[in-house]
Amino acid sequence: MIIHPKTSEKIAKIVIWTVSIIVILLLFFIVSYIIFKGLPTLSWEFLTESPRNMGRDGGIFSTIVSTLYVTLLSILIATPFGVGTAFYLTEFKRETRITRIIRFSAESLAAIPSIVYGLFGFIFFVIYLNLGWSVISGSLTMAVMILPTIIRTSEEAIRSVPNSYREVSYSLGGTKLQTIGWVVLPAALPGIATGVILGIGRCVAETAAVILTAGSSLRIPSSIFAPSRTMAVHFYILAREGISMDRAYATAALLIIIIFTINILANNVVNKFIAKNK
Amino acid sequence: MKIKKDNLIEFIFFLIALTTLTVLAVITIFIFEEGLPLINKVGVLNFIFGMKWAPSQGIYGIFPMIVGTLSVTFGAAIIGVPVALCCAIFLTEFAPKQVRLFMRPAIQLLAGIPSVVYGFWGLTFIVPLIRVYLGGPGLSILAGSIILAIMILPTIISISEVSLLSLPSLYKQGSLALGATHWQTIFHLLLPSAKTGIMAAIVLGIGRAIGETMAVIMVLGNAVALPQSILDPARTLTTNIGIEMGYASGEHQQALFATGIVLFVLIMIINSIAQYIVRKR
Repeated sequence: MIIHPKTSEKIAKIVIWTVSIIVILLLFFIVSYIIFKGLPTLSWEFLTESPRNMGRDGGIFSTIVSTLYVTLLSILIATPFGVGTAFYLTEFKRETRITRIIRFSAESLAAIPSIVYGLFGFIFFVIYLNLGWSVISGSLTMAVMILPTIIRTSEEAIRSVPNSYREVSYSLGGTKLQTIGWVVLPAALPGIATGVILGIGRCVAETAAVILTAGSSLRIPSSIFAPSRTMAVHFYILAREGISMDRAYATAALLIIIIFTINILANNVVNKFIAKNK
Repeated sequence: MKIKKDNLIEFIFFLIALTTLTVLAVITIFIFEEGLPLINKVGVLNFIFGMKWAPSQGIYGIFPMIVGTLSVTFGAAIIGVPVALCCAIFLTEFAPKQVRLFMRPAIQLLAGIPSVVYGFWGLTFIVPLIRVYLGGPGLSILAGSIILAIMILPTIISISEVSLLSLPSLYKQGSLALGATHWQTIFHLLLPSAKTGIMAAIVLGIGRAIGETMAVIMVLGNAVALPQSILDPARTLTTNIGIEMGYASGEHQQALFATGIVLFVLIMIINSIAQYIVRKR
């Protein structure tokens, strides 16, 4: 049986439109399902009170603080290395064996599952370096995890800086470091910022790697060597152990709202960047 | 003097760039050092093809989990790949500009949602649906496959979209000028031309599905038995680590690192395939 081209055109169009609309609706449904179930519990007290009774009562304040600590520290550790690597790959070297090896390593790091990062962070930072379950162990593990993201986005941003910028700097007698620091870096900054923002998103969302390295203590961490429980880990424990479904939904809703904001931020930065370079 | 300083700076950046390689090496060494002794003790074949996992008796066989991982991943690919390709074609060929501008960030958002949240949504929504309409405990390979299919959509959509967009517009114009319909052009010309990019996208998506832990823990039921149907619960390599790492110690903990080694090797093979496909292009 031969289907007439006009008919197959119609069928294909209908199928593709339907599937795409279903995907959009599904996304909308997942997000609103969690947010609507979470909103009733999501109050000012919920955000500002510390959890009591294993999280059955009270709020999630200490987990918000822990999330901020782990995220901030991860970004502080990963950004210099990520951006530095991106500069090395773009400004110093043409494609050589060394850049290929570095790129391969970064791609491999991006592919490693978060639970394997958890195992590594546990055996290396927690046990071998004797840092214990702590903010610093969690942050170091997360820093390694988000490194590839920062490298990739920074590399793209640096590559999109027009070559004439560099030529002008060199022709005025600028050194390599001056050119990088005063010309290329500022021009690539919005793109780099996008990578950092995406990294923040991954830190906030991560559970498997953090639970094995930062621990699950509900106290507000007193220093970077104290154990902590991030929001995503708290949500996982609430939901999995059935401690409080209301509070689980509320925490999930807050996580989605944060991720949402982060995404909008990242997109805005990109759009401004594109508009500026035009 | 200036040249010397430039060389020094280049060297510093070189050292920074070496972190990725160093870290990769340290990860590999530490995971293997912790897990290999147990694999040696049990025997590689006994470990990989062993049907029984009973840490309390010192029996470590992960074959049911390998089957679990492969079946959940396969299920996710069967559901996710066609859907993702439809979306990618929609975005590049059919979507009006306004829809496209809305849909792209929406799909990026899909990638940012924490995996535990997907798992929770699956647990409270998909699992009861399966239990009521298809029978079984609901916590099943099917539930895991559906959740993973949704989770790998962004990866496959965005990479295939890029490879479809990077085709020269002459291809399409030529085909349409010869009288082919829009769909004939897409199916017989655009998709085959973007084949390598799409393949890479699918392989990377499969890699993500294999490595996912938290979402799968919540919906898979985690039973350590060889699953008989897609409605049976199962345990994957990742969830085995995720569940037992909390309380394991001694040999048991080593066995979880050994599970990690198998996972690590699997992912590296898949990643190498993906990179090979991309390079070849």
